[in-house]
Amino acid sequence: MFSFINNSKIFSITSKAPKYVFFIFVIVLCIGLIEALVLSPKDYIQSHSVRIMYVHVPSAWIAVGIFLFIGILSFGSLIFKNKNFSIISKSLAPSGLIFNITALVTGSIWGKPTWGTWWAWDSRITSMLILCLFYFMYILAWRIIEDKTRADQITSIIAIFGLINIPIIKFSVDWWSTLHQPSSIKLMENSTIHPSMLLPLTLMTAAFALFSILIFLMKYNTELIKIKNKGLDRL
Amino acid sequence: MYGKKVKLRILFLSLALLAAVLTIFLILKSLEENVVYFKSPTEIKNINELSDKKIRVGGLVKKGSILSSAEKINFVITDFKNEISVSYKGAVPNLFAEGKGVVAEGFLKDRNFLVAKKILAKHDENYMPPEVKKALENN
Repeated sequence: MFSFINNSKIFSITSKAPKYVFFIFVIVLCIGLIEALVLSPKDYIQSHSVRIMYVHVPSAWIAVGIFLFIGILSFGSLIFKNKNFSIISKSLAPSGLIFNITALVTGSIWGKPTWGTWWAWDSRITSMLILCLFYFMYILAWRIIEDKTRADQITSIIAIFGLINIPIIKFSVDWWSTLHQPSSIKLMENSTIHPSMLLPLTLMTAAFALFSILIFLMKYNTELIKIKNKGLDRL
Repeated sequence: MYGKKVKLRILFLSLALLAAVLTIFLILKSLEENVVYFKSPTEIKNINELSDKKIRVGGLVKKGSILSSAEKINFVITDFKNEISVSYKGAVPNLFAEGKGVVAEGFLKDRNFLVAKKILAKHDENYMPPEVKKALENN
């Protein structure tokens, strides 16, 4: 299965793609930042500090989304012994970690002026911290384990166990009382964010997603080149 | 469609994941007391024994209940069923206001009175420009 995926064919696409992705990323980011920092209104209660949301929320979404993706790919990698799945997961992890840290740091900066504290051990924040630890474990496992097949297996197992944390992050604000506010954007109901604030939120999410794709492509190309020049497998 | 080995791997992984999910579920279930960040006034009313440990109480600041003097602030936390009075020395966060969410951390004197050491403002999930809020209030 999946033998139709031809590495050199993929490489010819992924080696050209980054410059186009970078171009679109810069445009979307510029429009997004202008919307988020200048054009969007201030909040009725938080005033201008609401603008941190346009970095905080997209970062958290991307961090959780990437880990979900890595976890699902890891199933494929363990079950079908497919090399490509694990290379894709490995290349996705760094941008996930970056956005996870961004979400934690901006959350902390946002928490001080609004809640009155930098940090709270409530279930949403703690589960995001656990996700961050899983990202660290995942990336470190790739670095530490010398044997290729073992590295594939162990990183996949870490990702699959980390997957359990994802619904806990998502539903922590509904299951337990938290300091963190509940979700504003729900699947079944109307969102409780005013449309004028939803626009910069969407744009910044798109920009961060494009940035993740850009980092992913660069990392993925490096991995493919490493496979091509065997022996240079571990830098 | 798939080979025998693939099927076995699928079975093994699903069982391992199921076991892990159940374990986590049981751990979280038994730790529920500690996973919640704060208790509501109703939950405080219903606890059997008052401990002298630090505790967090959360709810809404009752309208018209804030009494602030030079060094002290008194207010009432309500969940619309039960209430608890809070006394606090120090500065409150910017978002602390009547009718808004609040979490008070401190020591219970009795079931109706908390001496707070820390006040945190709890924000809700609504975001809108001030003009929209005004229009909503006028309706």
